[in-house]
Amino acid sequence: MIHQLLKKMKVTVDKKLIEDISHLSRLEFSEEDKIEMADNLNEILDWVEQLNELDTSKTLPLTHISEEINVMRNDEIADVLPHDKALKNAPKKDSDYFRTPKVIE
Amino acid sequence: MKTHTNSFASNKKAIKNKSLTCVDLVAHYLKIIDDKNPSLNAFLEVYEEEAKAQAKIIDEKIQNGTAGKLAGMIVGLKDVLCHKDHKLGASSKMLENFESQFDGTAVERLLKEDAIIIGRQNCDEFAMGSSNENSAFGAVKNEIGTNRVPGGSSGGSAVAVQAGMCMVSLGSDTGGSVRQPAAFCGVVGLKPTYSRISRYGLIAFASSFDSIGIFANNAADTAITLEVIAGKDDNDSTVSQREVPNYSELLNKKSDKKPKIAYIKETLNSEGLNEEIKAATVAKIEKLKSEGYEVEEVDFSLLKYALPTYYILITAEASTNLSRYDGVRYGFRSPNVTDLESMYKRTRTEGFGKEVKRRIMLGTFVLSASYYDAYFTKAQKVRRKIQEAMKELFTKYDFIISPTTPTTAFEIGKYEGETVELYLADLFTVPASVAGMPAISIPNGTDKESLPIGLQIMGDYFSEDKLLAFADELMK
Repeated sequence: MIHQLLKKMKVTVDKKLIEDISHLSRLEFSEEDKIEMADNLNEILDWVEQLNELDTSKTLPLTHISEEINVMRNDEIADVLPHDKALKNAPKKDSDYFRTPKVIE
Repeated sequence: MKTHTNSFASNKKAIKNKSLTCVDLVAHYLKIIDDKNPSLNAFLEVYEEEAKAQAKIIDEKIQNGTAGKLAGMIVGLKDVLCHKDHKLGASSKMLENFESQFDGTAVERLLKEDAIIIGRQNCDEFAMGSSNENSAFGAVKNEIGTNRVPGGSSGGSAVAVQAGMCMVSLGSDTGGSVRQPAAFCGVVGLKPTYSRISRYGLIAFASSFDSIGIFANNAADTAITLEVIAGKDDNDSTVSQREVPNYSELLNKKSDKKPKIAYIKETLNSEGLNEEIKAATVAKIEKLKSEGYEVEEVDFSLLKYALPTYYILITAEASTNLSRYDGVRYGFRSPNVTDLESMYKRTRTEGFGKEVKRRIMLGTFVLSASYYDAYFTKAQKVRRKIQEAMKELFTKYDFIISPTTPTTAFEIGKYEGETVELYLADLFTVPASVAGMPAISIPNGTDKESLPIGLQIMGDYFSEDKLLAFADELMK
């Protein structure tokens, strides 16, 4: 139902929508950049709109491109990343853990 | 010193009759890098001492008869491939100071066969771009003219082979990122079938499209490299379990019957196609016909839908894949942080460049609950339609040929501030990516300004042996 409606209704990205998506993306934009980003997304969405010219009502979505299905192997102990190596690239750490700003008050 | 830099086979022969050593070869390439890299910006890092030391070790192995089959091959790696204890950055500020803890499978297999890795190559940030202008470390320049782009996203890898700074480069191709720069730089660029090469140790961009690809001067070097790096791998459950053919031997095996070739009407009639490229492609078609090949025109009305389908799906996958860059476990963390949320937001805002942010935003949008069906599911359905139509074409033909790109290498800055216009650079390369099929770009002459023109040959799934043999034939 919604799909049918959206098909006919062209989406316009506005400042509010940019703010919602940027929060979901964990990104921040200046007021000026929000306008530019909205313009960019509108341009791209106008362009991808042409997909609606195609009837896909009888087509299943293609979700896997590899022909392989469930490649199984035995669960064996292997050389995993040792502690110090796993922590090696962390911007902030102590001897055992990644450090972040305080999460629990 | 005489170095035969044009083919690995001739180098190997020279090494065998002792007129050339790996030490000589490494010195040769280091000198060219030294001369040319300051103006071309293809390498972000050169492993000078390490390559020299490795060359000595491999020369000894050659003496002892214990060398691997890539002894004498000098390789560069795009900055998206894990190479143990070496920096890796996807040409982004986001991975500042990151060092790989392990070798990716392709890299591991190169090293095991005694290839020498000479350096790490510049690219578009997180492999997103078609001009190599999106690198946090500056644009790469095309050797033909330093005011021209090399194409992208594997621009540094293409220029390195073009300028003779290494023999072979490994790049990555999501929608044309090996084939398009190969065309712009006049070298060979192969994107194999999706899943032919393990993606373990390749920085993820759009996982249902990403393929490691190969740049070389000729089909034979491409074939032997593919033969080494392809094949099953416990660390990638999507990789193909099929046996890896002996591509370098199959290159010389003549098939009894001439391949049947198609060209897509819509590519040659495409609005944005440069007249000189069109003429070069038509001339190639006529030449093939005169040599007795059966070449037919086919309709592919879905062509124009491949690119919008591609952009919806890759941005969705990229927004998901790039959520891992959160400033916690590796790479850059903003110093301007007050709490957890601001750590995520400031880190990502300061760490990612503009095009990467644009794609994350578009991807998040097409995956958001209200728009998921209208955009993401729709694109997945169109992807199936395109795949089915292409499979159908390959029941009748062995190869589909087209120009690799609609234009030759354009001037740096030409598309500044544009989005969709630059995306159109991938018009002809994207269909093979959408379907997951192999395709190769080979040189097809130059335009009036001496800028290289590429010819793309697409093949059916896992037909790299035939594709490489045909490419070899056409380049003779």
